[in-house]
Amino acid sequence: MTAVAESPAVGEVTALTVTLKILRTNPEGTADHAAGESYWEEFQVEAHATDRVLDALHKVKWDQDGSLSFRRSCAHGVCGSDAMRINGRNRLACKTLLKDLNPARPITVEPIKGLPVEKDLIVDMEPFFASYREIMPFLMTTGTAPERERLQSPEDRARFDDTTKCIMCAACTTSCPVFWTDGQYFGPQAIVGAHRFIFDSRDEGQWDRLEILNDKAGVWKCRTAFNCTEACPRGIEVTKAISEVKKALTSGDV
Amino acid sequence: MTASSPEFVPGPKIKEPRIRSGRVRPGAEQWSWRFMRISGPILVILILTHLFINLVTGDGVSQIDFAFVAGKLASPLWQVWDLTMLVLALLHGGNGMRLLINDYAHRPALNKALHAALGVAVIGIIVLGALVIFTFDPCPAGADASLLPSFCKDLA
Repeated sequence: MTAVAESPAVGEVTALTVTLKILRTNPEGTADHAAGESYWEEFQVEAHATDRVLDALHKVKWDQDGSLSFRRSCAHGVCGSDAMRINGRNRLACKTLLKDLNPARPITVEPIKGLPVEKDLIVDMEPFFASYREIMPFLMTTGTAPERERLQSPEDRARFDDTTKCIMCAACTTSCPVFWTDGQYFGPQAIVGAHRFIFDSRDEGQWDRLEILNDKAGVWKCRTAFNCTEACPRGIEVTKAISEVKKALTSGDV
Repeated sequence: MTASSPEFVPGPKIKEPRIRSGRVRPGAEQWSWRFMRISGPILVILILTHLFINLVTGDGVSQIDFAFVAGKLASPLWQVWDLTMLVLALLHGGNGMRLLINDYAHRPALNKALHAALGVAVIGIIVLGALVIFTFDPCPAGADASLLPSFCKDLA
């Protein structure tokens, strides 16, 4: 699409000036701000309507203020590094186009909520990963391993297809109002991660995982607010997956 | 296999044995969730019927006076109805408050104190409400007969 944007023959893509309003935090403090204090800073960036928020952040970091810190790796919506709260909603900066955000008004960019901020848009993901580790996200089987791959019918594969798409960006968990107030909650992502194995016909650890999720901090903390489903940049029906885990627990069948 | 190499690091120990029980220990939170799902629809029916009988049938809101309430509370159907509504509404609402306390009150002492206060309120209101339902006297002696339910005349 960038080739189209740079080729006037196809149709000029309008250039525009957008204002980024970024919630910044510096653990060492700056001349104007104490260490660890959060404050808003505005930046004006020349951009095309087809640019993404990540491109605008790059322009700030590369041309205006090199101290701006954010995570990004693949920059194409696969690695899940650049989840942030853009105009009050959790999204991936690399998948959000400026033209979809009303560039006439300042675009607010904040770190994802509910995890400790380390610097600017970078948060400590460790509590999030710890929850994921707790649900044992690996194949658990009994007996001897087969000599060939473990086969599965297309129907069995389709059963958990939706939850295999997770890229662990934390957009869902940090959009959950229960997670904001109680960090003990596993959060939507860990339940999605568990769902991917619980409903896998090749896995035999489903009741171990279900018992973990039957805990006080498990699926019963979900209030079906649907924030996670709305936030997921991969379009996973997160709340549905959580409800399927609840149903497995109440009915006893997987 | 990599197990023979000297650098082999074993993975995290998995709880053994993994038995596919097919059943889950009935956890308290799961029963709390089931109770909310079951009591919710029952409460909707109980409360909407209660409001419909009191406010829509007969003379509507203007019919509600001592005689109307006393007449209702004298019938065993409405005694059971009101008691069910009272108990379910308080347990449902109290359980919802319990979840809110767990969400927001992280200091153990505060959490415990709020849970205790909630428990006292819920049990206190259920006991007081049940007392009213079962010990209510629809025909108090010496009261103006025009304000009492019609069946009081037969008793006198």
